[in-house]
Amino acid sequence: MVIIDLFLSRYVYFMIVVLLAIGLYGMLGKHNLMKKLIGMNIFQTAIFIFFIEGAAKRGGSVPVIDEILGMEAAQYVNPLPHVLILTGIVVAISLTGVALAFLLVIYRTYKTLDDRAIMANMKESAE
Amino acid sequence: MSSLSILIVASLLLFCFISVLVGIWRLRWAYAVALAGMALALVAAGTGFYRVLADGELRYFLGGWPPPFGIEYVLDHLSAFMVVIIVFIGLIAVIYPPEAGLYHTPRRGISAYGLVLLLIAGLVGVVVTGDLFNLFVFLEIYSLASYALITMGGDKAVVASFRYLILGTIAGSFYLLGVGFIYFSTGTLNMADAARLLTPLYGSPTIMAAVALIVVGMGIKMALFPLHVWLPDAHSYAPPVVAAILAAIQIEVAAYVIVRMMLTIFQPQYFIDIMPITTIIGWVAAAGIIFGSVMAIAQKDFKRMLAYSTVAQVAYIGLGIGLANQLGMIGALLHILNHAFMKSCLFLVAGGIRYQTGLHKISQFAGLGRKMPLMMSAFTVAALSMVGIPPTAGFFSKWYLVLGGIEANNWVFVAVILASSLLTAVYFFRMIEKLFATPSGGDPAVEQAREPSARILTPIIILAIGIIVLGLINALIVSYVLQPVVALLP
Repeated sequence: MVIIDLFLSRYVYFMIVVLLAIGLYGMLGKHNLMKKLIGMNIFQTAIFIFFIEGAAKRGGSVPVIDEILGMEAAQYVNPLPHVLILTGIVVAISLTGVALAFLLVIYRTYKTLDDRAIMANMKESAE
Repeated sequence: MSSLSILIVASLLLFCFISVLVGIWRLRWAYAVALAGMALALVAAGTGFYRVLADGELRYFLGGWPPPFGIEYVLDHLSAFMVVIIVFIGLIAVIYPPEAGLYHTPRRGISAYGLVLLLIAGLVGVVVTGDLFNLFVFLEIYSLASYALITMGGDKAVVASFRYLILGTIAGSFYLLGVGFIYFSTGTLNMADAARLLTPLYGSPTIMAAVALIVVGMGIKMALFPLHVWLPDAHSYAPPVVAAILAAIQIEVAAYVIVRMMLTIFQPQYFIDIMPITTIIGWVAAAGIIFGSVMAIAQKDFKRMLAYSTVAQVAYIGLGIGLANQLGMIGALLHILNHAFMKSCLFLVAGGIRYQTGLHKISQFAGLGRKMPLMMSAFTVAALSMVGIPPTAGFFSKWYLVLGGIEANNWVFVAVILASSLLTAVYFFRMIEKLFATPSGGDPAVEQAREPSARILTPIIILAIGIIVLGLINALIVSYVLQPVVALLP
């Protein structure tokens, strides 16, 4: 019963761990470079959800001081992680953009996005 | 409160912006603007360094918000030391002419020097910031700039850069996750405030997970064996100036983050006793030193040999951290400085050889020493320093590391350092022998080779002289700059 209670109260974190694992598998286990990039995006999104979940409060209001709710911090959602994650999203978008540009160049040069084929091609041209 | 710390980052970012704008109009002027920006930043960094030595640490509160609410920038002994190294090597790299140093720069449009300044600004930002999340932002700024710069090495470099991007993002994300754990446990992102609030939480498994994530993330960025897989490709395919910046200062900044974690955010005891991090880093680094040196011997391409040598040299820094005593840490910090000079000098020499002759395989270098005596004597100084022959700087960092190993009674580490000096001697003396003693095989590229122009030679010679000067003044650096940093260690 304890496990079920723990799961129900913390299920978001389990989901985050699952997403992190999927993302890591995509980045390290897949041979297609595009799938690696998709894995990277899933991995980063999981971290963003982790921050947002940490900021959430049951019944918390928008973090703008409200006359009815007063100055009690417990009444408001923590705004700081949201701000951090906004910055994090900007970083993730720039990384995705740069990575997509790289993939374009790689595809034009090697006519494939398969890791093994590209490595074989690079080794061949080195000799 | 002093605005010097922000001034270094701000001037670099401003000149990065101006350099890009000017570059759209006149590409060659972007180079001059970048040079001016680096020179200004070096003046600010030098002044900051001097004032830290005279009056102690300088703090700046961004937007006037005092910590822990606002972001603060801190220049203390450790960060001022790092900033001067970063900006100096950055300036040298910018002086190096682009036609020899950056292979595939765009002919029109956006200048590559905007990216170089962005890279340096990110590195300086990581070092001066006193805020855990701000550090992540600068980490990603410099990483993005370096991914783009590596691709200027051509088609293979793009593949290497993509692999580095994936692993670098894993590293950055691990760091961010670790910072998230620390933030949700303490409620603060300010380093000094976190240090105070973390003390009662030392037993917490959350904090242990955070430290493990951050150290692994920085281990990837630092290319600590066995997390080094991205480095040999990325550094050998990158153009010489970029490779010099990456090998000389970028990976050292990741080592700085680990040192900062150990000395400022946590007490050293946490990394030594509560979690056995220093022990793990030390043994992993010892394996990395041997691995990197042996792999370097096996390489035929000059730049690839230098890249594997970087894996070994960075492991020296890891070994110094792993020794976890004052002498070991002094050795590690001194090696950050020395390696920055030696490795950037060697990569710039590689660029010079490639530009003058088009050669890049060591076997083709026979007889080059007599054709380019000045550049090759600079190479010899840097190579002797890598091996660790006095009075060059490289000897003294190894000396402190050996002393640290003896004090820690860790004879395996002492043996590893001595054995690796021998291995380093094998691959550098092999090259010196090739350059000076072997007669040229009649290769027209070698026969027609000439000493490169003064613009290529100047940065190389400055670095070579720097290596000898640093060796002579190492006692001053240790007693005035590094002793206060390591005072907390046993």
